[in-house]
Amino acid sequence: MSKEAIKEKSMILQKEMVEGLFNELDRVQETGKKVCYTFVPGNLSELIRCFDMLPVYPEINALQNAMRKKSAGYIKEAERHAHSEDVCTYVKCDIGMMIKGNVGPTGSKIPDPDVLLLSYTGCFTFMKWFETLKRSYPNAEVIMLHTPYQENGEMTPEMTAYMVQQLEQEVIPKMEKVSGVKFDPEKLKKILGLAREAQDWIARIFETTKHRPSPIDAYFAGVYYIGPINIGFRGTPEAVAYYKELYNEIMERVLQGLGPITPEGEMPEEKYRLVVEGPPNWTNFREFWKIFYDMGAVIVASSYTKVGGVYDLGWRHDPDRPLESLAEYCMNCYTNLNIPQRISLLSKLIKEYHADGYVTNSIKSCNSFSAGQLAMMREIEDKLEVPVGFIESDLVDPRYFSYSNIKNRLESYFQMLAQRKFIHETQNA
Amino acid sequence: MSNLDSIIQSCKEAAFDLDFKRAKAWKEGAPGRTLVGYLPIYMPREIVHAAGGLPVGIFGGGDRKPIVKGDAYYQSYICHIPRSVMEMVLDHQMDHFDGFVFPSICDVIRNLSGMFKQHGFGRFVKYLDLPQNFVPEIGGRFYVHEMEHILRYLREVNGKEVTTEDLNHSIRLYNRNRELIEQIYDLREEFPWRLSLEEWYYVLRAGTVIPVEEHNEMLHVVLEAIRQPIGTPQDRVKVVLSGAFCEQPAIGLIRAIEDAGCYVVEDDLMLGSRMILGPIDDQSDDPLEAIALAYLTRSRYSSSIYDVHQPKEDRLEALVRQRNASGVIFASASFCDPSLLDAPIFQNAFNVRGLRYIAFQYSENINQFKVIKEQVGAFADSIKLWEDEPAEVSIA
Ligand code: SF4
Ligand code: SF4
Repeated sequence: MSKEAIKEKSMILQKEMVEGLFNELDRVQETGKKVCYTFVPGNLSELIRCFDMLPVYPEINALQNAMRKKSAGYIKEAERHAHSEDVCTYVKCDIGMMIKGNVGPTGSKIPDPDVLLLSYTGCFTFMKWFETLKRSYPNAEVIMLHTPYQENGEMTPEMTAYMVQQLEQEVIPKMEKVSGVKFDPEKLKKILGLAREAQDWIARIFETTKHRPSPIDAYFAGVYYIGPINIGFRGTPEAVAYYKELYNEIMERVLQGLGPITPEGEMPEEKYRLVVEGPPNWTNFREFWKIFYDMGAVIVASSYTKVGGVYDLGWRHDPDRPLESLAEYCMNCYTNLNIPQRISLLSKLIKEYHADGYVTNSIKSCNSFSAGQLAMMREIEDKLEVPVGFIESDLVDPRYFSYSNIKNRLESYFQMLAQRKFIHETQNA
Repeated sequence: MSNLDSIIQSCKEAAFDLDFKRAKAWKEGAPGRTLVGYLPIYMPREIVHAAGGLPVGIFGGGDRKPIVKGDAYYQSYICHIPRSVMEMVLDHQMDHFDGFVFPSICDVIRNLSGMFKQHGFGRFVKYLDLPQNFVPEIGGRFYVHEMEHILRYLREVNGKEVTTEDLNHSIRLYNRNRELIEQIYDLREEFPWRLSLEEWYYVLRAGTVIPVEEHNEMLHVVLEAIRQPIGTPQDRVKVVLSGAFCEQPAIGLIRAIEDAGCYVVEDDLMLGSRMILGPIDDQSDDPLEAIALAYLTRSRYSSSIYDVHQPKEDRLEALVRQRNASGVIFASASFCDPSLLDAPIFQNAFNVRGLRYIAFQYSENINQFKVIKEQVGAFADSIKLWEDEPAEVSIA
């Protein structure tokens, strides 16, 4: 492999955006900006921006703490305070961090929330998480936006109306109250227009993996790509510029016939194309990724990159239907899709991206993803006759990342893929 | 056998019959009858009843169902109930059900609804998204739509048009059911030895699988029976059992808690049957709205309801005081997110408030309770010993 890649312009743009946000969070005392804790799936970035508030995403802090090897201590701290070993480790990492002074992954203290905005999409743990936070921040305003589940594989007019009513009568008035800023529908429309542009770009970016070799890894690198769109920058000109730049860089790779860039440089040969279901492990992210790229496996699509929005099927924010489209956005995140929808989306990805295999990374403490994964895997295997692989790990608890187990399992899986490829090539020779 | 004994015996059989024979026989009793299975915690059974159906509670296979196929559907770190439910449905034990309702409570139940849909079990599968917005014009309206959706499904099965009177009649019957249940809880609080938790559990749980009319008659007999001075008081402490609202502990565990020196005078085992506090308006022109309003404004606290405006620790504390209990036993099904994520909220508050508790986990299929029994025994003893002292007991 070639040596470590030099930073692309898009990476610099992303770094600037993220650092800018953290700097702003550091300065809330001076600027008086209000702080809104919220979650990635179903996040109302556009609305938060409309009220000039700053978002904090507890699960992003948790995963960044894990990448910086800080999560184990925080989790233990939470467990000392009666949190069970068996629940979502994002929650425990966040609570542990809070108990220890709420010093964030970047080393500065994260300001207390002025508002806890729960648009709880696709996961009940979010609800429990904010119930817990409310007890620690009794002065924070609480806003709940109930997002109905796409139980029947559809967003009905009743579901949308329910959400719009909540937005109009609960969410927006409370945000006005906390921020002291009057709701400006024109501003929201403008922001939504930019969000739509960013969504177009990211959809195009993830479609580039249809090329052979795929120019990017849509899981391990994909999690970096979705960063800006998921953590509050959707709806900004900066995000549009970032995604445009990223797209151009990727297309340059396509023209040159290059594969994905990994932490160790360029991947020389694409042997296997995979679709992955489930979040990654963060505590050993690089080791985990390395197992794949060492075997020449590239992830051409993943469900995880759709937790903050599914754009593959054409859905976009619509400035002409501002509140309706905020509602639809929340309802349309991956974990808010029902199991048949998830199966159909993954099947489509496997087919359209010409995947050789389908791998599930089952997260011990995340029922939102994990409950049903085995059934999905079985269904996909039966219908598409695609080889399926299964591994288990955890998000941010290093106790549940067993490198040797995962490596062994994946090695056997890749052997199976190799045999199949060989048989297939011999038959077609 | 006394009337009470024979009712308990018959309830025991009905409650644990994993083939739901009573429900099946009921359905075959007349044309157009439907069976609708529902998962914990709460569903408005009134609407199924009004549409000529029998709502049937599905509480898993407990320790009576060996798991052969269900484990292939669930990783080891997911609670037990969904695998036993899968096992039951794959073993054709619910073939006679017309539809299934999965009330919103957790991601496991939610995703199980999708698995039922994917497999095409029943003629309909409905995930019932109970509102988290408690404004009647917003959350209430949405909830009414959800109920109408279920009624539409039911109409497709038996063609019955449900009238306002049908609904009001059903509401009346379930009001009576809830009223009788609370009367029994009140009496048990005073005279818990007259009806053990185990016996009461059979009766209560049977109510989820038999017609409400029949259950009301039984409850009436039970109530009359325990108004008599039967049984002998034991030296036990009154406790509240909390957290076991979905996957049910094996009956041996329920028995062990009382045998270890406690009287359980309040619990959330069959929370759905008691979810609504007080009667629902049964004279309304819009009964669905009345059901919705009752849910929005008069629900018990529950893990499935966003509680920031009515902290659950305050509500549990009030319940402990109302029942004159000396402590709380937190029992959570293993890997049960809602129960386990609530636990620190309760326990940290109780530590500050000096309320006594113990906590343990169970699984529906485990019937070895030696350790738990010892824990509960020590807990009961500590309460007896330190009755006047503020407690700091915590065995988690
Ligand atoms: S349970 Fe899963 S989806 Fe929910 S907060 Fe945890 S990691 Fe996120
Ligand atoms: S036992 Fe708990 S986690 Fe399992 S299905 Fe029931 S509520 Fe959900």
